[in-house]
Amino acid sequence: MRFNRSRQGRLALAAALLAASPALFAAGTGNLYVSSEDDDVVTVFDGESLEKIDTIEVSERPRWLAFSPDHSKLYVACGDEDSIDVIDVAEGKVTDRLTDIDDPEIFAIGPDGKHLYISNEDDAQFTIYDIGEKKIVSQVDVGQEPEGVLVTPDGKTAYVTSEVANMVHRVNLDSHEIDANIVVGNRPRRFALSADGNTLWVTNELSGSVSLIDTQTNEVSDTIDFKPQGFRPEDVTPVGIKLSEDGENAYVTLGRANHVAFVNAKTHEVEDYVLVGDRAWGIAQSRDGKQLYVTNGLSDDMSIVDIAERKTLRSIPAGRVPHSVVIDTAAE
Amino acid sequence: MARRDNRSLTASLLRVALLGLVAGAAAFALPGVAVAQQDLEAFDFGYIGWNDDPRYSEARIEREYQGEPWGRPVDGARVAIDEARFPGMAAGVKFGLEEQLVANTREVLDSVRAMRDAGTRFILLDLPAGTVSRVAEEFAGDEITFFNVAAHDDRLRGAHCQANLLHTIPSDAMRNDALAQYLVSRQWNDVLLLVGPERADKVVAKSFQRSAKRFGLKIVGTRDFVLGNNPRERDKNNPKLLTSGVDYDAVYIADTQSEFARNANFAIQKPRPVVGSAGLVPQAWHWAWIRHGARQLNNRLEKKADRHMTGYDWAAWVAVKSIVEAVQRTESTDYAELASYVRGDEINLDGFKGYRMGFRDWDGQLRQPMLLGTGNWVVARAPLDGFLHPDNYLDTLGFDPRESACTLANDKKGS
Repeated sequence: MRFNRSRQGRLALAAALLAASPALFAAGTGNLYVSSEDDDVVTVFDGESLEKIDTIEVSERPRWLAFSPDHSKLYVACGDEDSIDVIDVAEGKVTDRLTDIDDPEIFAIGPDGKHLYISNEDDAQFTIYDIGEKKIVSQVDVGQEPEGVLVTPDGKTAYVTSEVANMVHRVNLDSHEIDANIVVGNRPRRFALSADGNTLWVTNELSGSVSLIDTQTNEVSDTIDFKPQGFRPEDVTPVGIKLSEDGENAYVTLGRANHVAFVNAKTHEVEDYVLVGDRAWGIAQSRDGKQLYVTNGLSDDMSIVDIAERKTLRSIPAGRVPHSVVIDTAAE
Repeated sequence: MARRDNRSLTASLLRVALLGLVAGAAAFALPGVAVAQQDLEAFDFGYIGWNDDPRYSEARIEREYQGEPWGRPVDGARVAIDEARFPGMAAGVKFGLEEQLVANTREVLDSVRAMRDAGTRFILLDLPAGTVSRVAEEFAGDEITFFNVAAHDDRLRGAHCQANLLHTIPSDAMRNDALAQYLVSRQWNDVLLLVGPERADKVVAKSFQRSAKRFGLKIVGTRDFVLGNNPRERDKNNPKLLTSGVDYDAVYIADTQSEFARNANFAIQKPRPVVGSAGLVPQAWHWAWIRHGARQLNNRLEKKADRHMTGYDWAAWVAVKSIVEAVQRTESTDYAELASYVRGDEINLDGFKGYRMGFRDWDGQLRQPMLLGTGNWVVARAPLDGFLHPDNYLDTLGFDPRESACTLANDKKGS
């Protein structure tokens, strides 16, 4: 274990005190958290100045990041140590580890904050994990190389992609069974869900596209192709996706094509491509909605994109192989 | 095989659910996927190899020669069948595999007939080039597509190409073009060529000579080697003597038996790299390749076969995968529809090598990147940066339509 056990008691107390004063959390700190796969750290940046303010050591190969609903905890999937580390946000340290989770890559947290929903890439399984009990509740067989996971806000349904089966599985979280298999493009990676819950966006890495699934009919209603100028089709590899809070826009990171696509979420038109760094995957939007933060896995940096100007303002170093970026915004 | 309705499992589930509602069954629940599995139609692939194949002798497999199979490629096909479970369910089929190991060409033909009569339409051949050619010829016009998963011989894609034969294993030309691109990119332009005594060695050497010319390498000498320690043949069996008296940037060894090549690395006269059959070897796959999901595929093969994955396993894996992709995208099991889709431009085959792949319509070869590997690492992936082609960069590897001796798609050649 990398955290200092003797401090746990104090941390719990601090967390309890903080939780008792919700006003303190309402706005969030606005800090950015970036996982870097090869450094085994999560780096913290000030949301305003973008200065690096902390480096949190975690287990090996940290990738996906997600906050608990109250933003008191940040969960970090650490694939090479079969662990999901738990960072106490106020303390800025790993205070717990959920171990024996086989090669976790991507996961989601249920709206009640009590369960993790995890894709196990190597085992073709989708794991439902009880955080309080620290144990696996259930495992569901899914297609090979499950990747993106999304849980609906009502906590009743999870969607999981299978990169190899080219499909999205819809899992009923009451029965823990798959109730729909939806064929999408090739190598589906990650999700975003419209605010009304009716449209599920899925990035297809090898098809260079996004599939839009109608969640009422479980059928693909539209496909958006990305064709930035000057790139070979095989380099256009969409992975990350973010819908703006107002539901007007979707931002899609295009991997090896080094661009973020700006998509009109209503008309599904691609309006612009903005240059970022090499192998852009992770994406987050600032608290004020004005900027995007994009992690570039092969240029070891993070691009700061001005949304109105549609251009990258600058890039800041973000550790070796930065994977994901999340922002401590208002508690959900 | 019967044509299925073009509908997804989801859609049919929904229809059932609606019917349930109409009937006023308040407690009606969506049937689970497990229920639907019972109605799946069998969809079998065939796999035919020699039961007594010297490539798979225990002694030979133990040596793990670079570029050679380390076990039967049927393991790769099995991994692909496992992967196809969910796509199969969505399309209403259960994919399976029938493996036949036989003793001679007559038995191969008998096996194909039996498979055909049982409804199998896609058959993987792990056989030498001559036999592959003979088998494809015998069943010309039948509703069968063969996949060549082991024979590199350029002639199978050239003068001996056949409409019912697809190649997922790369040709010698593709492998040598990849290597030539690498040598050129390093400016290692002068190459000494060593050629073994086997007829297949001469075929490989000839293919490399074509690649050298195509990419502007200079072959500074061609020397024949033999195996053994006979002192009277030292000038032919000793790597040091074979490589002295001439200057070169690299030594290319054409050795399909691999024994001489393995020993030649670091044993030549000059401090230069060995390439071809040992040293830096161009292959369809390498167990140390980790990009584009490769690590997970390698893990699956290792779990299944208890050994590392090779290019031959990959070729069998991707052959099955290509048909699964066709079934998924056409939502059909109709032979004509699948055979046409798999050969068409629309297919976007994921080979875990980072490029979208499809079959060349002029010779049935799967276009694909080559991995240039040492014993335990992939040094480069070809096509290398800067090698361009007007249609598809992958077509810088192997015969493009203008160079092909295959007459399957003559209309392509005028362009």
